[in-house]
Amino acid sequence: MNDQPKIDLSRPVSDEIRQTTCYMCACRCGINVHLKSGVVTYIEGNRDHPINKGVLCAKGASGIMQVTAPSRLKAPLRRVGPRGSGAFEVISWEEALTTAVSWMKPLRETAPEKLAFFTGRDQSQSLTGWWAQNFGTPNYAAHGGFCSVNMAAGGIYTIGGAFWEFGQPDWERTKLFVMFGVAEDHDSNPIKIGLGKLKERGARVISINPIRTGYSAVADDWIGITPGTDGLLILSLIHCLLEAGQVDLDYLAQWTNAPLLVNGAEGAEKGLFVRNAESQPFVIDKTSGHPAPWDGKGVQPDLGAEWQGNRTVFRHMVEEYLKPDYAPEAVAARCGVTALRIRQLAAELAEVAFDQAITLDRPWTDFRGNKHAGMPGRPVSFHAMRGISAHSNGFQTARALHLLQIILGAVETPGGYRLKPPYPKPIEAHPTPHFVTTPGKPLTGPHLGYVRGPDDLCLLPDGSPARIDKAFSWENPFSAHGLMHMLIPNAHAGDPYRIDTLFLYMANMAWNSSMNSARVMEMLTETGADGEYLIPRIIYSDAYASEMVAFADLILPDTTYLERHDCISLLDRPISEPDAAGDAIRWPVVEPDREVRCFQSVLLDLGARLGLPGMVAEDGSPKFKDYADYIVNHQRRPGVGPLMGFRGDGTATGRGAPNPEQMASYIENGAFHQAHVPEEAAFMKPWNAAYQDWAVKLGLYETPQPYLFNIWSEPMRRFQLAAEGFGPRQPPDHLRARLKQAMHPLPIWYAPFGDEDAAFGYTVHALTQRPMDMYHSWGSQNAWLRQIRGRNSLFLPTKIWEAQGFMEGDWARVSSRAGVITVPVAHMAALNENTVWTWNAIGKRKGAWGLDADAPEATTGFLLNHLISELLPDKAEHGGHRLSNSDPITGQAAWFDCRVRVERVAAEDLSRDEVQPAFAPLPDPPRAGGGRDNSSAKNWAQNFRRKFVDVEGSDR
Amino acid sequence: MNPAPSVILFSTLSGLGFGFLAFLGFGVLVPSGWAAFFLWGLGYGLAVAGLLAATFHLGNPKNGLKAFSQWRTSWLSREAWASVGTLLLLAPVALSDWLGLGLPRTFGWPGAALALGTVFTTGMIYAQIKAVPRWHHWLTPVMFLTFALAGGALLAGSALAPLALVVAGGVLLALWRVGDGAFARAGQTMGTATGLDRIGTPWVFEPAHTAGNYLLREMIHLVGRKHAQKLRWIALTLAAILPALVLLLPLGWPGLALAAVLHLAGVLAARWLFFAEAEHVVGLYYGARG
Amino acid sequence: MTALPQTTDRKLGLVIDLDTCVGCQACVTACKGWNDQGGGLSDQDPYGADPSGTFLNRVHSYQVAVPDAPPQIVNFPRSCLHCEDAPCVTVCPTGASYKRAEDGIVLVNPDSCIGCGLCAWACPYGAREMDADQGVMKKCTLCVDRIYNDTLPEEDREPACVRTCPTNARHFGDFADPDSKVSKLVAARGGYDLMPDMGTKPTNKYLAPRKKGPGEASLLAPLLDIKATGVAGWLDKMLGKLPG
Repeated sequence: MNDQPKIDLSRPVSDEIRQTTCYMCACRCGINVHLKSGVVTYIEGNRDHPINKGVLCAKGASGIMQVTAPSRLKAPLRRVGPRGSGAFEVISWEEALTTAVSWMKPLRETAPEKLAFFTGRDQSQSLTGWWAQNFGTPNYAAHGGFCSVNMAAGGIYTIGGAFWEFGQPDWERTKLFVMFGVAEDHDSNPIKIGLGKLKERGARVISINPIRTGYSAVADDWIGITPGTDGLLILSLIHCLLEAGQVDLDYLAQWTNAPLLVNGAEGAEKGLFVRNAESQPFVIDKTSGHPAPWDGKGVQPDLGAEWQGNRTVFRHMVEEYLKPDYAPEAVAARCGVTALRIRQLAAELAEVAFDQAITLDRPWTDFRGNKHAGMPGRPVSFHAMRGISAHSNGFQTARALHLLQIILGAVETPGGYRLKPPYPKPIEAHPTPHFVTTPGKPLTGPHLGYVRGPDDLCLLPDGSPARIDKAFSWENPFSAHGLMHMLIPNAHAGDPYRIDTLFLYMANMAWNSSMNSARVMEMLTETGADGEYLIPRIIYSDAYASEMVAFADLILPDTTYLERHDCISLLDRPISEPDAAGDAIRWPVVEPDREVRCFQSVLLDLGARLGLPGMVAEDGSPKFKDYADYIVNHQRRPGVGPLMGFRGDGTATGRGAPNPEQMASYIENGAFHQAHVPEEAAFMKPWNAAYQDWAVKLGLYETPQPYLFNIWSEPMRRFQLAAEGFGPRQPPDHLRARLKQAMHPLPIWYAPFGDEDAAFGYTVHALTQRPMDMYHSWGSQNAWLRQIRGRNSLFLPTKIWEAQGFMEGDWARVSSRAGVITVPVAHMAALNENTVWTWNAIGKRKGAWGLDADAPEATTGFLLNHLISELLPDKAEHGGHRLSNSDPITGQAAWFDCRVRVERVAAEDLSRDEVQPAFAPLPDPPRAGGGRDNSSAKNWAQNFRRKFVDVEGSDR
Repeated sequence: MNPAPSVILFSTLSGLGFGFLAFLGFGVLVPSGWAAFFLWGLGYGLAVAGLLAATFHLGNPKNGLKAFSQWRTSWLSREAWASVGTLLLLAPVALSDWLGLGLPRTFGWPGAALALGTVFTTGMIYAQIKAVPRWHHWLTPVMFLTFALAGGALLAGSALAPLALVVAGGVLLALWRVGDGAFARAGQTMGTATGLDRIGTPWVFEPAHTAGNYLLREMIHLVGRKHAQKLRWIALTLAAILPALVLLLPLGWPGLALAAVLHLAGVLAARWLFFAEAEHVVGLYYGARG
Repeated sequence: MTALPQTTDRKLGLVIDLDTCVGCQACVTACKGWNDQGGGLSDQDPYGADPSGTFLNRVHSYQVAVPDAPPQIVNFPRSCLHCEDAPCVTVCPTGASYKRAEDGIVLVNPDSCIGCGLCAWACPYGAREMDADQGVMKKCTLCVDRIYNDTLPEEDREPACVRTCPTNARHFGDFADPDSKVSKLVAARGGYDLMPDMGTKPTNKYLAPRKKGPGEASLLAPLLDIKATGVAGWLDKMLGKLPG
């Protein structure tokens, strides 16, 4: 056997490795980019990186196909034909920027709100928001409104932190991990790494999800719940735990507002906290029986107190959840889960939380000055994402889940759910929304914030919404991320007012990022009586030839992720871990080979040309050369900038003067920086004095911000009071009833608005999931990923499959009150019996993304979006008002409320093998081309030559 | 398995060619002069055309000579040796027949035997593949051999040709019969292919990729049962029954030619089925069987 | 060459944990990326109607009907199993296909391969794919150009699919060493062969999904009869428990 061929086992991988940050999703993993002679040849995970620790997902590992995709735009474009026709001319950057300024400048000087600037999967919101603030328009947000604002806001209003990537289970110690509605959402690689750790230790994983794929597939137990009823199930679990007395009373008394007194007197104060002379809520001390400060040292709050007719939050809570309405037997049918299963789950939670409790031997001191010998832990943890968030009851459902965590004592305790800096952060530490416009002036503060009561709403003097998306209005008071999904419908309808220029970044609104996509495409091209477009001007920036490109008037082509600077900042959405604050950069590991520019640099250039404060130097010249210059030299507060690491002389972290060497230091450090939380500060963070001091030192906030978890939400009660008729600011009558219902100060459950469609024959739930190998629409332009998933089917549960006699190869006509689609189907048994679903954003419009018009993505791939209306159906009680199909609290797009009817279309009855609705192919905009080589397989002559004529061996 | 034209042509033409060469070598037919030139030429032509067709099945025929290296383990390598050996060994006999050199017929015997050996190696290439249960049977090389003999007898104008054709038809029937149950007898299911029979009964949720691939093109070819049944009758009739009947009629050379053409068409159909009906166990991963 | 080695000093291979694999496809593209460098694995019609390419590792997804339990989904990565009795090796006419004597890795030497496809036919597992561009057979190399690669850091000397797997569902090691991680995993979790009746003696082993279902905690007993005592009674009983 010694005649084995000699092979080179130690071939060097590359000439050079450059470390940067992935952008194939919002995970922001560290990557090693290998280059040979300056060309990217291989991408792998960075082992030292805190997010991915060397691993990389399918998308990240095929980033090389993204950087070379033929769909890359190559130069600025100006529309020359009718909008949507795709007729463009290539123009210079100077011309593009001059044009943009000529549109924007008059708006700023007269009516800044007529510019609406919205960004999609933007990872630079602290810059884009700051730019919009300085422009002075109130109309700015990113995509959180249709993403998962219910999770973010529900969490921040309750525990001062949320799911998404803002926290994570204590993977090292948790013994039971329960997921609600989690697919490939935030935080994908860290969750996979965490699941791997749990599996390695044999810890238990439970998934509650109508669909059993991915993480649910490996879960040790699966509960195929009916969509939209998670909140009810959770409250039933709370009922069971309370009924059995399995709650962490000590935790509730010390760290939550359970012992605060709720005003019981009828009137404008009812339901608000009883306050003392210093306007502070207080507790009743069990030892003395007298009022005592909530943050007093040594105070023993009495959870069961009743004082002058005012009862504690705890009493209200117990009274609510012990109601028989929440008994498993009462909710079982609605949830599609048997009462026994609910009771089994409650028992399991209690057993792990209390019988398998752990204690970390770490002494610590709380904000009251009380010293604790150790950190008691409840090793049960939760995660939740879109499955509960994308419903019109998602905010309250998210709150309910946080309440479940709280009564188990499983937030910020060892083994439970841990927040990542800059969280925990109470709403008091967040800004309120700013919206007041003054021509030629900036807004007085940031657009997005956390409303404390009706006074903080963004309303014009006549009571109408101040923002084009109606965020922070009575229709959705806590819309902390805006309502990007309502931007185009509202601008088209002129409701609440008309705008002039729509400025969009990386948001595929003409396709998969809109509800009711077909109608949105029409809205973008419709003209008024004067022949002008109803949305007069559209400026769009994207790196790729997405569906949205065809609908823009001016295209500012962006770079791909390996060609650009970025900062993943603590001012925005950092890459922290529970044990460390972290931020990161991207830098151009390769230079762009075409006329494209990093959008953020373009934005700063535009800002300088417009003379926006903070973007021009005193002599009127641009203050920042480009985005990299801004990242290093911008200061949001003195000493605090976009990046925390290597400040001052290069050794300061968090606070310090700008350091010109900062970018180089990040690059040298693998493109990230971490500041580690001291061990004694690692848990109980909201109340841990050591953590609070560390956070101030790092610059997360200026003073310690200890707080109590909000079981009872005063901001919500303030809206309920308004709906009841109290207070000077009153909601319109058509919204009173739903505000009264939704704004209950305790987490409650109400049926998703979409359930009303069942009465019209749309009885089946229709959902989507993001596949783990695709990031929204981006993956389809990737030659490797599109082979994995180039088309999708609608998965039907056994009950529907069999009832209608579906057979392999069949299609279905799926209708909702918003539309009809005809699509291929497949049978799936591991699925809630009244739910159908498909993969998200696989369907593409013909001609987009640099794909051939007959690509399977465009012929058999489809979107469910056509079935989802952006508006609720007109009803008499709406009084003629358009109401968005959103959560009534946060404005989160309620795309999981979708109800449909499914009818079999036998394969032989199909008129043609193409999904309906079918749209005309989009013309191909000028783009980079190139990309993956198309090999010679189908070229007979070339193949013959290779086989028989050419003498050199194989390519490699 | 993919019924690729190259492999169908190869096995059909070279089988017929080597079969005929065997008859020539054994001296069942001893032509001379230009008749010898054309008849030997026919045998050589068929065999070489088959081999050439086979090279079109190769992805990288430039390395073809290396195929002679592994005769100790590889039936394909043995086939390479056998086919080239046959062509070389019979060359003097063919020349002798053409040019009237008078070489004793015994010189043709080793080449004739090797011609049949070549056909046997061809059969063994398929029969050895355990992953294709339909092929993995001793009847496979027998089928190749009987067809080579029947075809050779036909072309040689042997009186035994009708009988040989009937025998070949019988072997074909037997192979179909045995083959139809072979996959089930092999006992492989999606459960054993994935090992998931440990927990229950698996079926496909999603394929590995939605795009096509080599495995699907090469190994997973589904042919409708009705379609196959019809084709079997056509193949059997054309390859065996009709040529045998035609040969029994006193039609002389035209009859022989007609029988040969019918036989060739029938064998092509049978070989198409040989590949198209053969199921590879890898199909189990794709839910193509089981 | 295509004779199999009598024994191999080491038996390198993978353990794939089906209880942990979430089907994310990371191993699929990590494999493609590593082996493609410089165009090693071609794609046809990459942006067109019928894309197709060479992949050495593919992840299937199955539904499983389980007796007395809800149906399951199992994600199933499939690649070369580096069999001890590798039929793909012995059928090869050119010696291009071989099993390394030192570690048992089954490889193809592209300089000898004629692209006849017989090895792919011989493999029951679909582990080999002919590259349509190069006309030679491609297969998992167990990243033989990584695992001994002096130019890589020690910790990176493992197959690309293992290095990238986010859930740690793939393990690489020497099955000839009973103390190796892979041998221990196989012993502890009952690692099994695919289609053992094919007689191929695969080196790679699979770990079956663990048994799934509700937990075993006994149901919670109510603190008291709330209907009788009301919430007040519940509070008394509950808060009486709190240490003074």
